[in-house]
Amino acid sequence: MTSVTVTPLGSFRNERSYPFCPGCGHGPILDALDRALTIRKIDPDKVVIVSDIGCSGLSDQYFATSAFHGLHGRSITYASGIKLADPGLEVVVIMGDGGTGIGGAHLINAARRNVGITVIVMNNLNFGMTGGQHSTTTPQGAITSTTPGGNLERPLDICGTAAVNGAAYAYRGTSFDDDLGDRIAEAMGHPGFAILDIWELCSAYYVRTNRFSRKGMEETMEELGLPRGFAARRDTPEYSAAYRAAAAADAGSPRRPAGIPVAHRSNLTRRTAVVLAGAAGGRVLSAARSAAQAGIASGLWAAQRDDYPVTVKTGHSVATLVLDPEPIDDVTTIPDVVVLVAPEGRARAAREAARLGADGLFVTVAGLPSVEHHAAMVTLDPADAGMLLAKGDMALACVAAVVTLRDLFPLRALHEAVAAAPKGAERMHEVIEAGAAMAAIAAGGSL
Amino acid sequence: MRSYLDGSTAIVLGALDAGCDFFAGYPITPASGILMSMMRDLPRAGGVAIQGEDEIASIGMCLGAALAGARAMTATSGPGLSLYSENLGLAIMGEVPLVVVDVQRLGPATGGATTVAQGDVQFVRWGTSGGYPIIALAPSTIGECYTLTMKAFDLAERFRVPVFVLTDKDLNLTLGTVELDDFTPAEVRRREIDAAPDSMYRFDPSDQTNPMVRYGSGRPVRFTGSTHDEHAFITKDSERVEALNRHLIDKIEQHRDEIESTVTDLEEGARTLVVSYGSTAASMRAAVRATRAEGRAVSMITLLSLWPVPETALVQAMDGVDRIVVAELNPGLYAREIERIAGGRTVVPVTRIDGEMLAPEQIAGALA
Ligand SMILES: Cc1ncc(C[n+]2csc(CCOP(=O)(O)OP(=O)(O)O)c2C)c(N)n1
Ligand code: SF4
Ligand SMILES: [Mg+2]
Repeated sequence: MTSVTVTPLGSFRNERSYPFCPGCGHGPILDALDRALTIRKIDPDKVVIVSDIGCSGLSDQYFATSAFHGLHGRSITYASGIKLADPGLEVVVIMGDGGTGIGGAHLINAARRNVGITVIVMNNLNFGMTGGQHSTTTPQGAITSTTPGGNLERPLDICGTAAVNGAAYAYRGTSFDDDLGDRIAEAMGHPGFAILDIWELCSAYYVRTNRFSRKGMEETMEELGLPRGFAARRDTPEYSAAYRAAAAADAGSPRRPAGIPVAHRSNLTRRTAVVLAGAAGGRVLSAARSAAQAGIASGLWAAQRDDYPVTVKTGHSVATLVLDPEPIDDVTTIPDVVVLVAPEGRARAAREAARLGADGLFVTVAGLPSVEHHAAMVTLDPADAGMLLAKGDMALACVAAVVTLRDLFPLRALHEAVAAAPKGAERMHEVIEAGAAMAAIAAGGSL
Repeated sequence: MRSYLDGSTAIVLGALDAGCDFFAGYPITPASGILMSMMRDLPRAGGVAIQGEDEIASIGMCLGAALAGARAMTATSGPGLSLYSENLGLAIMGEVPLVVVDVQRLGPATGGATTVAQGDVQFVRWGTSGGYPIIALAPSTIGECYTLTMKAFDLAERFRVPVFVLTDKDLNLTLGTVELDDFTPAEVRRREIDAAPDSMYRFDPSDQTNPMVRYGSGRPVRFTGSTHDEHAFITKDSERVEALNRHLIDKIEQHRDEIESTVTDLEEGARTLVVSYGSTAASMRAAVRATRAEGRAVSMITLLSLWPVPETALVQAMDGVDRIVVAELNPGLYAREIERIAGGRTVVPVTRIDGEMLAPEQIAGALA
């Protein structure tokens, strides 16, 4: 990034004059922002004024700085993105009280993250631009174009909300304050999320419908318990800096997919699709994944389509595994082998088994509910396993059985695929042998 | 060497290899895998990834980051795309380079979170007010998830516009075997930077995309979503407004040849053409293989770009054909684009809206 040295400006304003109604508080607040920028002596191109929508949203056009004029209520999100991408920029949001309503979630969350941006709320207690409707900060009883009988809603405490959610700096003042420029400069210099709730007059609407004045405004602030002053001023880690520090501490490099070397040979001559229908938590998907990796290590192409309910730890878990000597394009396919691993898979197994072709095979485990089909059937008996198979073992045992029954690829390849597992590889080797043993006995020596 | 991975992984690899350095997203099935991978891998690649408080914040942060010079991406599914709507308009209006992955699931509303569908194919094009163009690419294989994500970044930089990578639950979550050699980075254009200190952003010639200047690079940069003049000051001057809006259309429409992408497989003497895209295209290819194996001639075209509609290749493929079958997982939404350019030929939609994948047999059945 190149930096141009700029002689400190006497003013950050451009030659354009404000468009606001006579008596509007927006102009004095922008004058105070200009003073703050002058105090802070920043290169104008390093300052980004992010304006919201409304009369307040016109503000960026009167400064010789960079600008982002986006959508209503979303200014804080753009400002956060700018700051996160380039923490060297000084980012100032100007929004109306309207913006704090529609964009309330962003205000709370930016405060909570403590992103290092400065938010100036031009709080004139109503929507100026759209015709004096009530906003989230309109005091109770106030007359606006949408509260003709007086506002019933309680006004939002902007500073209190930001402060209680972690903002580093929160200050309430008015557009009439002499020290407003100093306060804004101070907020900009304070690391972390800073917000200034600046009360002011909308001469076109709120002032007229409520016979409001500077004095009335000061009284209202006192009555509501929202006086001038600080709600927060504390040192807490700024987010974009904290993010970079955390990233630097994580020394890893981005993952690349691991290659699977071909170390075995498969006798498979045509595409074979295996549906494994079992229960959530029964390791069905990972068993299919191991088989796929073993297939690839045996020179085959593999693909796998999983199906499970949104609540992943309950109900069915179904994997459709396709193995093919040729590259696989489509995975939707008529199954060759359907395996019922657990009772939860019964409905899906029944649907798939009904589609089994003439040389299809239905594999089930002794004790599971029956499924109607017209294919050849093999029932695996856990009594033949030579070990006590747990619920979580059954899918892998069934996979090993199918590998054995259909000679998909050498069993060794499946052993090698599970060997890389972070834990439990030892047991998985035993389970694979148990599955193969059940298959051999069930097939009655015809293997 | 071969490897075993899904479309989401391929998209993340494509983004990283394209130089993506900013990601913001909000969890939603079936796009969450992209968010989770980005949260882990992007900081390791020197970028920033963040989970927004909602989709509006996520795309908003991407827009801000892009203006600060980042190559930004976000990923979501139908419900989240609905929340992107207004900011997509802002990105179009402000000419922001942005990649948006939409992993489609069955709608409307919450619909089916883990159910495959292709119902956003018109939504991505018309999903914000005004009707101005975007670009949408549609991978149909895991390998294309990688290559087209890189291409999306390239086109986003070239045209300064949101570029969609439109995928679906099946493409993103189905594992498949890939050749790692196919995962080698392609050339991705860097953002063209306007280096001339006194040059001006322009709307003419209307088809020309302007170079960008990032925030903080030596001179102030202005940006606005309101109708504006060349200095990004708000204007209602009808001549300036028309010049701006004409520019937003022409920069894409007059350069369709740089965007349109298809794979055609035409057969001599075929009277039927099948059209498909996304994961449905794999079913189409299987159906066509089976039909040809029976000795019947049939042509097919896989659309890798959906918006702008790849009309040149489509019209060419229609030559000599009197029936066009359009296979898609929605109530026939893209078939209407085909009908529009079919010159009176019969257009037969083959669709499915029950959350199941179109089976090759179902498509083959329509290839009378
Ligand atoms: C999404 C959306 N909804 C509504 C509007 C219409 N609108 C424009 S300005 C505004 C209210 C602005 O009020 P405030 O933020 O208090 O700013 P002020 O005009 O008082 O400075 C609204 C609702 C809009 N631009 N965008
Ligand atoms: S309408 Fe109200 S907020 Fe808008 S410029 Fe006039 S006085 Fe200011
Ligand atoms: Mg207001």
